[in-house]
Amino acid sequence: MSSLRLSRSIYDAMRAHGEQTYPHECCGALLGRFVPAEAACNEFGGWIVEANVRAGNTRTDSAHNRYQIAPIELVKIEREARSRGLDIAGFYHSHPDHPAQWSPTDFEEAHWLGCCYVITAVANGKATVTNSFFLAGLREEEKRFEQQTIELTGPGTELPGG
Amino acid sequence: MTIFIPTPLRPYAAGQASVEVKAATIADALASLTGSHPELRKHLYTEEGKLRAFVNLYLNDEDIRYLPAKEATSVSATDTLSIIPSIAGGC
Repeated sequence: MSSLRLSRSIYDAMRAHGEQTYPHECCGALLGRFVPAEAACNEFGGWIVEANVRAGNTRTDSAHNRYQIAPIELVKIEREARSRGLDIAGFYHSHPDHPAQWSPTDFEEAHWLGCCYVITAVANGKATVTNSFFLAGLREEEKRFEQQTIELTGPGTELPGG
Repeated sequence: MTIFIPTPLRPYAAGQASVEVKAATIADALASLTGSHPELRKHLYTEEGKLRAFVNLYLNDEDIRYLPAKEATSVSATDTLSIIPSIAGGC
């Protein structure tokens, strides 16, 4: 199983975001660096997240069970990542009163191969389980979600976002 | 102009986060990009040659679908083109 490494503060910030938008889904981006397994002295290979950016959920028509980040917001998030020497490592969203497992909609709408999709279940307004799924596969037609271990470590930053 | 490559497509652009191309229009820029990195073509376009529905293209801060001339829009050396796969989902 691959790993996603991030700080406790980023982990807590994602979960707090899900509680704040409950009963609607929250969403945001994760910025970080990809460390190939062979380059890591401790055999860790994967994304190290250094910041999270909150994004607005444009699915106001069905915000309790759908999310979408406006592409222009992604353009700006990517610009912010570049300015910090980081890449978009993945995205996060919440599942209000629903398990922290990817849904058929999550899978169908997932297109960032090689990135992480973090899902937090929020039950009755309280964040419960948080899981990360790596979108594996070399092309859209071969994509699949693989659950990852979340490793909590180091400092992190929540950047202002939409 | 500069074309920014999103994380998932970098393996097909020699690992680069951005690619510089000389182009007169957006279409020229995309042709130049896929000409020098042919592997990108199948990730950006369907087998029928249409841009995949989940791929957004932004000329600076403008969605090219809403530009009057769309892919025929003229570009300059200082313009940027961002390739942005969509992000959505839900339980």
